[in-house]
Amino acid sequence: MSMENESYRGIWVFAEQRQGKLKDVAYELLAKGRELADSLKTELSAVCFGHGIDGVNELIAHGADKVYLVDSPDLADNQEDLYTRQLVELIQQYKPEIVLAGATAFGRAFIPRVAAILKTGLTADCTGLDIDAEQRLLRQTKPAFGGNVMAVITCPTRRPQMATVRPRVFKKNPPDGSRKGEIVRVDFDRERVTSRTRLLEFVEEFTETVRIEEADIIVAGGRGLSKGENFEMLRELASVMGAAVAASRPAVDEGWVPYSCQVGQTGKTVCPKLYIAVGISGAVQHLVGMQTSDIIVAINDDPNAPIFEVATYGIVGDLFKVVPMLTEKLKNQ
Amino acid sequence: MNIIVCLKQVPATTEVKIDPQTNTIIREGIKSIINPLDSYALEEGVRLKERCGGKVTALSMGPPQAEEALREAISLGADEAILLSDRAFAGADTWTTAYTLAAAIGKLGQYDIVICGRQTLDGDTGQVPPQLAEMLGVAFVAYVSKIEEIAPDRLRVQRMIEEGYEVIEAPLPAVITVVKEINVPRLPSLRGIARSKSAAIPVWGVQEIGIEPEMVGLSGSLTQVIKVFSPQRNRQGEVFQGELEGQVECLISRLKDAGVI
Repeated sequence: MSMENESYRGIWVFAEQRQGKLKDVAYELLAKGRELADSLKTELSAVCFGHGIDGVNELIAHGADKVYLVDSPDLADNQEDLYTRQLVELIQQYKPEIVLAGATAFGRAFIPRVAAILKTGLTADCTGLDIDAEQRLLRQTKPAFGGNVMAVITCPTRRPQMATVRPRVFKKNPPDGSRKGEIVRVDFDRERVTSRTRLLEFVEEFTETVRIEEADIIVAGGRGLSKGENFEMLRELASVMGAAVAASRPAVDEGWVPYSCQVGQTGKTVCPKLYIAVGISGAVQHLVGMQTSDIIVAINDDPNAPIFEVATYGIVGDLFKVVPMLTEKLKNQ
Repeated sequence: MNIIVCLKQVPATTEVKIDPQTNTIIREGIKSIINPLDSYALEEGVRLKERCGGKVTALSMGPPQAEEALREAISLGADEAILLSDRAFAGADTWTTAYTLAAAIGKLGQYDIVICGRQTLDGDTGQVPPQLAEMLGVAFVAYVSKIEEIAPDRLRVQRMIEEGYEVIEAPLPAVITVVKEINVPRLPSLRGIARSKSAAIPVWGVQEIGIEPEMVGLSGSLTQVIKVFSPQRNRQGEVFQGELEGQVECLISRLKDAGVI
């Protein structure tokens, strides 16, 4: 490794927030980052931009030794131009050897720009991270070809080593309020950085009541539902169980449910305690979005459907009989 | 309006296998197509041209056979196409791909908008467009689901995020990526097919673009693929047997035992 690289030390987690609320992926990355930092015997820091962010101390309770906090009204919205420049400046100043960020819509749009400016390697949408301690190399595992192929990638010569990491892949640690850490406040210099793009409006789009990213139980439907009206049956089951309703891509493409419900490669990754897949055949693109769920139940009339390969429990049968029966029995419990 | 659409030729399926001997992806016998999300980018480019006038240039980096994808782009409405192909480009990561595209766009000269698909079917990174925007030094908007308005110096778009959508205004020139919700790509026209057969598609290599060979392809790449493998999955789950009602009851008792309901 070059002398220049030797001056880079420490692991950073970009802690994304939206409207002042930290996203879960920040805590998930801190759990993994803690592990990586310990094996490198180095410090773990969180970097957080925004305005009036709730619970910055939570980042320390979840594993950070230090929090670099840039708080400014200009950063209240996730303005990519401003975030890009600010993160580049901090990295150039403090020289971390590894920078991790959530592979959210926002992270995947602005982190590549940071890497481009720093002229360093970036691996997208990682599902596995480990350390080659001897060479201080981050080994990054990412799915390609919709999850049919996994690749292990390193960034041998440039620093920092950067990765976006898929939400819900790593588990967050329970917070430890007794952990001590330092909050480093950094001033935002609005004279030096300007945003070219302007956010004019935000339109929230949710038709389902429970958000799938936060749900402990998910009831998901696929092509087997045959038509949009039949999702009503799943909503009924979900309401009995306190579950969120999700869908595979075909069901979203048919317009039966909105895109915000889509689980899979081009939708969301979820990791609930219980995932009930109804009429979902289990294309690999769907499996990569839900296969780490604690318990997976598959209900499908095709015994050869690949969903049964990842299922903890399976019922081969007509979903239009199974689902109402399940709902009814749960109601009567 | 000068519109550039970047597209990539990819295998027609994601059901690929890995050769255990060479540890590489078996590409033999797999048909190639325009990356599906890139066809939405092309369609949007052609629609913009129909709305504002101008020219659509399709740009692709790849092996010589990627010319087929560019001919298809012409049949679908692109006016011109340029293939960036050179042995030196092989093995490029996202940084060197963006670098090569940026240099080629620099050589093309004046442009108003660069449209790309959100991500490719094979690499799945979505990193090239934002990196390209940064290298070109222009504004960037990802996940565009609708172009609401376009003026000579700016555009207003809707872009999808997890929670809904945002309305963003950006100055031109800009790089945008599109999602499949933006349009329904057309089929090739007869005139387009005829044009695509006769169109001359220039091939630019390191010399034509004027970049150093060590800056591109594998030698310029900042990341290294050290291993590829097929993921293992198999839970050895329990598929219930017998009467449907008994199966449902069995499921409920298992879920209760696990403490999830």
